Amino acid sequence: MNEPLPSFDLQRFDGRRRWKNRLAIVVLTLLTTLAVWPFVSILKYVIERGYPALTWTLFTNLPKPVGEAGGGIANALVGSITMVALASVVGIPAGIFAGAYLSEFGRGKVATTLRFTCDLLVSVPSIIIGLFAYTLIVIPMKGFSAYAGAFAMLMIQVPMVTRTTEEILKLVPQHLREAGLALGIPRWKVILRIVLRGSLSGLTTGVMLALARILGETAPLLFTAFNNRFWSEKLNQPTASLPVLIYTYAISPFDDWHAQAWAAALVLVLFVLLLNVATRLILGRRADIRH
Amino acid sequence: MNQLLNTENVIASFSGHQVLKGISLSVKPNDVVALIGPSGCGKSTFLRCLNRLHEEVTGATVNGRVVLEGQDIYGEGVDPVKIRRKIGMVFQKPNPFPALSIYDNVAAGLKLAGIRRRSVLDEAVETSLRQAALWGEVKDKLKAPGTSLSGGQQQRLCIARALTVRPPVILMDEPTSALDPISTAKIEELIVQLKTAVTVVIVTHNMQQAARISDNTGFFLLGELVEFGATREIFTKPRDRRTEEYITGRFG
Amino acid sequence: MEQLLALPIVRSFLPQGRKEIHLGDRLFYLSLKSLSVLIILSLCALVYLLWGMATPAFAKFGWGFFTTSTWNPVTEAFGSLAFIYGTVVSSLLGLLIATPVSIAVALFLNEVAPRPVGTVLGFMVEMLAAIPSVVFGIWGVFSLAPWVRATLQPAIQSYAGWLPIFQGPPYGVGMFTAGIILAIMITPTISSICREVFRTIPFTVREGALALGGTKWEMMKMAILDSSRSGIFGATVLGLGRAFGETMAVTMVIGNRPQISASLFAPAQTMASIIANEYAEASSDMHHSALAAVGLALFLVSLLFNGGARFVLWRTDRKFRSRA
Repeated sequence: MNEPLPSFDLQRFDGRRRWKNRLAIVVLTLLTTLAVWPFVSILKYVIERGYPALTWTLFTNLPKPVGEAGGGIANALVGSITMVALASVVGIPAGIFAGAYLSEFGRGKVATTLRFTCDLLVSVPSIIIGLFAYTLIVIPMKGFSAYAGAFAMLMIQVPMVTRTTEEILKLVPQHLREAGLALGIPRWKVILRIVLRGSLSGLTTGVMLALARILGETAPLLFTAFNNRFWSEKLNQPTASLPVLIYTYAISPFDDWHAQAWAAALVLVLFVLLLNVATRLILGRRADIRH
Repeated sequence: MNQLLNTENVIASFSGHQVLKGISLSVKPNDVVALIGPSGCGKSTFLRCLNRLHEEVTGATVNGRVVLEGQDIYGEGVDPVKIRRKIGMVFQKPNPFPALSIYDNVAAGLKLAGIRRRSVLDEAVETSLRQAALWGEVKDKLKAPGTSLSGGQQQRLCIARALTVRPPVILMDEPTSALDPISTAKIEELIVQLKTAVTVVIVTHNMQQAARISDNTGFFLLGELVEFGATREIFTKPRDRRTEEYITGRFG
Repeated sequence: MEQLLALPIVRSFLPQGRKEIHLGDRLFYLSLKSLSVLIILSLCALVYLLWGMATPAFAKFGWGFFTTSTWNPVTEAFGSLAFIYGTVVSSLLGLLIATPVSIAVALFLNEVAPRPVGTVLGFMVEMLAAIPSVVFGIWGVFSLAPWVRATLQPAIQSYAGWLPIFQGPPYGVGMFTAGIILAIMITPTISSICREVFRTIPFTVREGALALGGTKWEMMKMAILDSSRSGIFGATVLGLGRAFGETMAVTMVIGNRPQISASLFAPAQTMASIIANEYAEASSDMHHSALAAVGLALFLVSLLFNGGARFVLWRTDRKFRSRA
């Protein structure tokens, strides 16, 4: 170990390495800009083209025949809200309680199968959910309806809310439950009054994320609620919805309809982004409950 | 030049909060210098200032001069990347690259520098592993992942990796604090053997370790270099009262 | 023993699922369990009903359903090859574009960008995932497709137009545009998984690379990318699975022509888009059945890829945890 060791030239490629490093940083920056650009562009288009068409009549009128001015999206708005509300009346409690089942009684075959089911349903293409709703509801009812649309939304909402609820409830420290039980409070009250009530803000974010998702889903509505150019008097009739309207109008050849589609898209995007931002604000920098 | 490494009034901060208050010391070639002191007193920060790793943390700043082989590594236009080749580092927790084999781990520094010739790499890897007293244990499984070794072996692997680029100085940040006593002893023995090839600056929590293996010792307290001198003197006749209190276990 | 079981504390230590003593607890537990079973059953119902709807088509066409490309609702000759081709090619194209971009985004946001820039850009990438597919679609129709028609396609054709995959008139809509829009839509997914995988690499490994005299890029390659291969793979498989199922945006920009063409610029059709286009107004039971069969195939493929990706990522996660 005392002989001089042969030396290498470590400096030879230094210039090249430094240049490669700079290039890499530049490329990374450019690609990130490229990835973010569509977000900026979509917002730009939706605002630029949607805002001018946002008139009072847009929100209060029904669609008019092609060529007539003053058509509106009122029925689509109401239809979307109706179906989301219909789905949520069942979906939100179902999701929360199923999530509570997973977090409070979480071991065993039923629980594991439920988790697997939810993960599966969440990643299934939503058009398949539409096929399911069609077969289960549209065929027996012999027609398109708000019920069918709401059911499709339900099947997307419940697994989402279940999983997020489980994640949020699992964050509740065990000693809180034990404190309640030690006081002689029955377990079901402990879960409802202590665990659930203490996690309301977290649970709300999960619900909001699911709402944002089902508001924007189009594919499952295409053959469940279908569409309607008039008011749907009853829930068992075809019902207009915001996403389907955007789709139909956007691919039509009429400029007036295009403008309305952009306006509807603006409304939808604003809603969805607001819900997502609110979620972020409530959660702060805590656990990421998506996927 | 009798001094290999010379620091002059090194001051380091994290986002405006000062952690080192002007450290000046010098290291002779083929010395082992130990830096001791209670935890949180800036020893590791100082070490990281020596290979310009401290500034990689957001908001961290360094002032002062660090002169290595006559060159101020913080001078105008000096590339930190080049400096780090001259100052190797071994970390507290062994950190072999997870995706690389034992061979590739040891050769990593050379491969980065663009050296590809198999014969050169083979020889360098074997030399480094011998120097790190690991060759016998791994020579038949050079292709095994670096993480398949035990903790003590991984640390010797990291030492071999640092040795491969032939730095004049190797910094060690509490290299044995995560290891069992037997591995610790092996590495202490290794450091004493390495003296002939490199200069070592080692941060350690363990006073006995410092007493065992170092030639010179520096005592850090609250970001200040309280005393620096020959190990024998520091441990038998410390000049500063605070040093004496630390040595005799009054605090820390 | 019964006395002991009456104490709530002891009860809470009982293995889950054991019979609750208190009546209220028992009812609560059973109703929650029934709800869970109901949800599980609904998935079974989905598979059962879908299979039921699809069976007539399988019975009539057999394996030919997947190997022929004639799709004629009038003569009731149904073959889904063109849609399989469309789905696979558009998704692979999307993946090809999205993977390097997503890895770059993950590296940039994690390692290169200063904190505030990283937060803002990261937020924008994640919000991209929240935008509904139909909004991507309308943007695709009025912004992306015209750009492809007027700028991108002529540019590519001027350099490589002699290649069969780049030939054809500039419609603007087609397989290529669909691939681009899919790439945009799956990038948030792939990059966020990559970011998480990259974060699990301990800081000290990064420092080790720098301490050896590596440049920042070399550090990223050696300490991060090389160690994350299986995680990146899982992310891409997941992205591919998402791309397969993407419906509205693709339907609006793919041109809706059930054909197999050599050119990437030709209009095409995917499995999801044919269902979206034709199901609501399908004329006959066999038509419905054929579309349901396409849906079943899509369901199974999506299951395969999503499940596979999850498995790979689960294994990667375990490997890193055991190391830490």
